[in-house]
Amino acid sequence: MLTARVIPCLDVNDGRVVKGVRFQGLRDAGDPVELSMSYEHQGADELVMLDVSATPEGRGNALVTVAAVRQELGIPLTVGGGVRKAADAGALLEAGADKVAANTAAVTRPELLTEIADHFGSQCAIVAIDAARKAEGEGWEVVTLSGKNRTGMDAIGWAREAVERGAGEILLTSWDRDGTRSGYDTDLLRAVSGAVHVPVIASGGAAKPEHLIEALQSGADAVLAASIFHDGDYTLGDIKRVMAAAGIPTRLEPTTDTP
Amino acid sequence: MSGREVVVCATGTANLASVFAGLKRVGGAPRMATSADDITGAGHVMLPGVGSFGAAMAALDKSGMTAPLRARIVLGKPTLSICVGLQLFCRTSEESPGAVGLGIVDAPVTRFPETVRVPQFGWNDINADPTCKVVEDGFAYFANSYAMAEAPAGWSVAMADHGGRFVAAMEKGAVVACQFHPELSGAYGHGLLKRWIDLPC
Repeated sequence: MLTARVIPCLDVNDGRVVKGVRFQGLRDAGDPVELSMSYEHQGADELVMLDVSATPEGRGNALVTVAAVRQELGIPLTVGGGVRKAADAGALLEAGADKVAANTAAVTRPELLTEIADHFGSQCAIVAIDAARKAEGEGWEVVTLSGKNRTGMDAIGWAREAVERGAGEILLTSWDRDGTRSGYDTDLLRAVSGAVHVPVIASGGAAKPEHLIEALQSGADAVLAASIFHDGDYTLGDIKRVMAAAGIPTRLEPTTDTP
Repeated sequence: MSGREVVVCATGTANLASVFAGLKRVGGAPRMATSADDITGAGHVMLPGVGSFGAAMAALDKSGMTAPLRARIVLGKPTLSICVGLQLFCRTSEESPGAVGLGIVDAPVTRFPETVRVPQFGWNDINADPTCKVVEDGFAYFANSYAMAEAPAGWSVAMADHGGRFVAAMEKGAVVACQFHPELSGAYGHGLLKRWIDLPC
């Protein structure tokens, strides 16, 4: 049967992996190709690379980075950041991404998802949704521009619309939990995974294996995390062994015999 | 470029970077097919099969590659077909009513049931017939909404489960078709690509 995916996330700025809390205080965390290969050999099921460059030069370097990672990497690669039109997605796919994630631009112009799906297939079109609990009332609202803009748009409704428009997968980040190390927002995961038929990747808040297990037991099909891997707290293997022991379908076979 | 030449038969607009990189890592020298004669004369041919069933067949028909592709599969020349490329071996698919496939095997292509997530994204475990030479047991990466539900007669098959059994791969001699993506399946896929590319022409 299909196994739960564990997905390390690399934030890339101008060709280097960086880390920081909510994009503040970015610091260097290594070479993207070296880190990607290390994660593949540890047992990562996929990689997500988010380009957080703020300049056009940085964006150009991200394409070079994607191409360099692709030459070595033997597992799927999703790339997000700065995808505003189908041609942006095309450039990333040509460089070596297997899937492309659109976030703010898809909220501003939802047709973007349909355009990516029509050109390249729904299996390439990922919608990244950043959600925060509404200040008043029940539920969650969509936030954009790296959290600067609270849209008031209902996150569950947007998830449904994004899938109708062609998104083949949802990368769902809890803005309340991101960077807090307090665990994923399992209520949000239950609500979104129950509202759509496509796979949902949980993001935001992971600090220990139990958090990943909670997310997977709350409807997530995959779990994304960054700092717990970059900081070396746990290897992918450590986490996947705990997942398997908890009864989560997990791919445990060693992958270290790739040259 | 040195290495064993693999002629890649494009069927759409999606990227081929992962396929090219995967072939190079096992010592292959991939290049795009430029004519129907390329398909007939090549030692190894890969059909990445991107896009929908109907769009992929339309692209093959338009480039005149349908007949030479079918011929080399029937003759058993080294041919590796990936993802929707496996489904093209069938006559029809629920994905594209009215479209006609290569018709190599008589089996329907159907959508996964409502009881599971669609698309299937991720690593599924594969059980290969003991008669399989290229495909082995293990985990491989899938990205598909449709699949061949019944094993075709006369082929060695590998099966997996996603809301029911489906054909993960099928092989006969040097012809191999995988519903999964060997180029994205880590060490498992690396080994499969290596075994296929090393088959004599």
